[in-house]
Amino acid sequence: MNYIGTPISRVDGQAKVTGQAKYAGDVNVPGLVFGAVVTSTIAKGRIKSIDTSAALKVKGVLKVLTHKNRPALPKSDQAWKDDIAPGGSPFRPLYDDKVMFSGQPVALVLAEEWETARYAASLVHVEYAAKPHITDLQAAREKAFTLKKSKKPRGDAAKAFSSAEVRHEAEYFIPTEHHNPMELFASTAIPEKRGKLTVYDKTQGVQNVHRYLCSVFKKKKGDIRVMSPFMGGGFGSGLRPQYQVVLAVMGALTLKRPVRLMLTRQQMYGLGYRPASIERLQLGAQRDGTLHAITHEAIVVTSQFEEFSSSDTEWADRLYKSPNAKFVHKLARLDVPTSCDMRAPGATTGVYGLECAMDELAVALKLDPVELRLRCYSDKDQSVNLPYTSKNLRECYQQGAKAFGWEKRNPVPRSMRDGNELVGWGMATGVWEALQMPAAARIVLGANGHAEISCATSDIGTGTYTIMAQVAADALGLPIENIGIKLGDSTLPQSPVEGGSWMAASVSHAILGVADEVRKTLFDAAKKIKGSPLSGVKFEDVTLSDGKIVSKKDPARAMTIAHVMRERRLDRIEKEKLHKFKKDEKHARNTHSAIFAEVKIDEELGVIRVTRVVNAVAAGRILNTKTARSQIMGGVVWGIGMALHEETAYDHKFGRIMNANIAEYHMPVNADIHDIEVIFVDEPDEHINPLGIKGVGEIGIVGTAAAIANAVYHATGVRVRDLPITLDKLRR
Amino acid sequence: MARSPGESLPAQGKLPVVLTINGKRAQLGVAPWTTLLDALRDHLDLTGTKKGCDHGQCGACTVLLNGRRINSCLTFAVMQDGAEITTVEGLAANGSLHPVQQAFIDHDAFQCGYCTSGQICSAVGLISEGRAKSAAEIRELMSGNICRCGAYPNIVAAIQQAMGKP
Repeated sequence: MNYIGTPISRVDGQAKVTGQAKYAGDVNVPGLVFGAVVTSTIAKGRIKSIDTSAALKVKGVLKVLTHKNRPALPKSDQAWKDDIAPGGSPFRPLYDDKVMFSGQPVALVLAEEWETARYAASLVHVEYAAKPHITDLQAAREKAFTLKKSKKPRGDAAKAFSSAEVRHEAEYFIPTEHHNPMELFASTAIPEKRGKLTVYDKTQGVQNVHRYLCSVFKKKKGDIRVMSPFMGGGFGSGLRPQYQVVLAVMGALTLKRPVRLMLTRQQMYGLGYRPASIERLQLGAQRDGTLHAITHEAIVVTSQFEEFSSSDTEWADRLYKSPNAKFVHKLARLDVPTSCDMRAPGATTGVYGLECAMDELAVALKLDPVELRLRCYSDKDQSVNLPYTSKNLRECYQQGAKAFGWEKRNPVPRSMRDGNELVGWGMATGVWEALQMPAAARIVLGANGHAEISCATSDIGTGTYTIMAQVAADALGLPIENIGIKLGDSTLPQSPVEGGSWMAASVSHAILGVADEVRKTLFDAAKKIKGSPLSGVKFEDVTLSDGKIVSKKDPARAMTIAHVMRERRLDRIEKEKLHKFKKDEKHARNTHSAIFAEVKIDEELGVIRVTRVVNAVAAGRILNTKTARSQIMGGVVWGIGMALHEETAYDHKFGRIMNANIAEYHMPVNADIHDIEVIFVDEPDEHINPLGIKGVGEIGIVGTAAAIANAVYHATGVRVRDLPITLDKLRR
Repeated sequence: MARSPGESLPAQGKLPVVLTINGKRAQLGVAPWTTLLDALRDHLDLTGTKKGCDHGQCGACTVLLNGRRINSCLTFAVMQDGAEITTVEGLAANGSLHPVQQAFIDHDAFQCGYCTSGQICSAVGLISEGRAKSAAEIRELMSGNICRCGAYPNIVAAIQQAMGKP
């Protein structure tokens, strides 16, 4: 293999550094109409009246749509369910007079220019009948409920905990966080001939949006095409179709003109988010550092109308041996939009709680935190009682600790200093799933030796364009310059949404599968050529390499692809195939990591800096060491934000977000980020899939916030259990 | 919050503006409330300059105004009559990338690419300011450009390469 595993630069890099990459709100077409949304100012209640007369008087305003005059929309919940909708009744914009959260769209102004639409939107006058609302998780926790019957506990965790020699019990809190991708959510809906519609949308799944729009607007499959060749950051926020795409299409169908709707940054706080969660941990251990009881209970926010749920609690079963374990995941309903997936959903929050609790247990046991984790190390996923396809977490601990210099750590809090700064070293474990989905790919190989590879997947910044080109170049034996990639178009071969870190494995094996078909066609053609050097060679023994079809056993027996195609008068070979992974019920599949963090804290002011992070990751085969490193680095930056900066702050009196902008919702900026070292631990995996791919989009964030929180404790002796760790919390 | 329209609506009449953009003279008529960012994106189809917040909080809209880096969402187009503006589309010359653009590719200094135009224009402005010497100074002086993908260490490395520093 020439390309797989190498650090080649992004194949879409040139488009991105020159401003040529077109995002959903960048599509300019003649006659474009601009939309602006009016959003609710109450969290719960009813719209008594909407007065749009002043808005309609503004020159250039074409239409104001509200629940009163919108086009017909379907009634059934089913019609509004996208591919990954949770249980419940999905939100539908401008449907009726019900207000279910602050920031809910209540009117859409359509005008000839953006500024006109925005101004007119400010003139729409809405009268509400407000009802009492609740937006505070702490106030709703008593009413939290379990969605499905919890899994049968293993043993008796409560009894084992009460008889354990060393016990740790605590509650950890993670506030609501918003994805805040840099790109504003935008859709451009363009009517085409014969009632067809092309929609450029900011999404992580063009086919999900396509099916959803066809269902909501009762269109045939061929009537709508959804495009998203570039996506300015998703992190989960673009997995489900967002309301702006419905409104843009509604506007385009109403006016029969192209409509662009770009939400404002403030309005994006009315979309999905990482739900606030309370993580309650009980760990019971013997003095030798073996665990006897684990209880993890999570209480997580969802809306009043849907039940979003991700797995916060069962990660301990994958990491730490314990004969007794109990996991409970509860949801609490608030008057807010439905929560959604956000980078490593469930694990980011659940593992934060677990890994801080493990650190506290290590302190109680007077054990090194790495040593404690090694003593509890589990070679099985205890929840299903299965070994892993591969698990090289031990190497992560060892290589990470070595690179960080962990052996020089003095375990006593406040014992390490650098001038007037306290120095803290903390560590944590990360774990995520190694998922893979059915996906299809098409290859069109031309007689000129160029191939176009297509799949309806997205590249949300993860590097999908690049790894697709690498895998295709190797599978077809062509130089990577000869490979063209098409994605982000709903008419292309089947793809799942891009999320869960499953896309690299899924699309790579789809390409391998269809490349096999191309090889078969070339082989059959080659054999038919008179005096073929490949006659008598078996199909299993030929490969594509250096532009040739060649016998693996005898490289002298070869023909160039160009020659074969010319001889057999083949202008092009076009193949498409859906790839499904073999079922393997004998193994658990996960990625793992060990994170080591250094913080320096000004002793007088409490200002915290994360000066060093080493993240050692075991994630199977790494397709591209350059872009994969960037994925892990980005995850670490997210972990730093989660630990120290990020919090969506509600004014519970009004049920409204107070910091709905990116100056007051703090995210890491360049000055916050210092040294980040990424180590990919070698992890051959023969079971998971032929290439041994596990995916790296999410593992980088998991555990990072815990490592930092543990480092803050080590520096200061103060244990802050509610994120983010701000300097005021070190002083209370 | 609903406002009353008042006696007269804000001026929607167009004013003539002449800008030199990427070396080319552009004459356009825009309403006075049109930001330079929207003039570039919606009136001149220069969509390389991105809108990430419209409030000067993110830096995605950074362009060079008479060689100085600014947030184009925080200025009206009519205020810049006669100005010279360089956007990301104007950095490559004679078919080859600007050294900062090349360095961004080499160091994988972006992922989704949405903040990239602003980062690159900001970096070009930073280098011509000549104030940043160390990595710490680059980090500080590039902190007006948010990258949610978290490419910061790679952005710093790319700028160091373009500055001719190891």
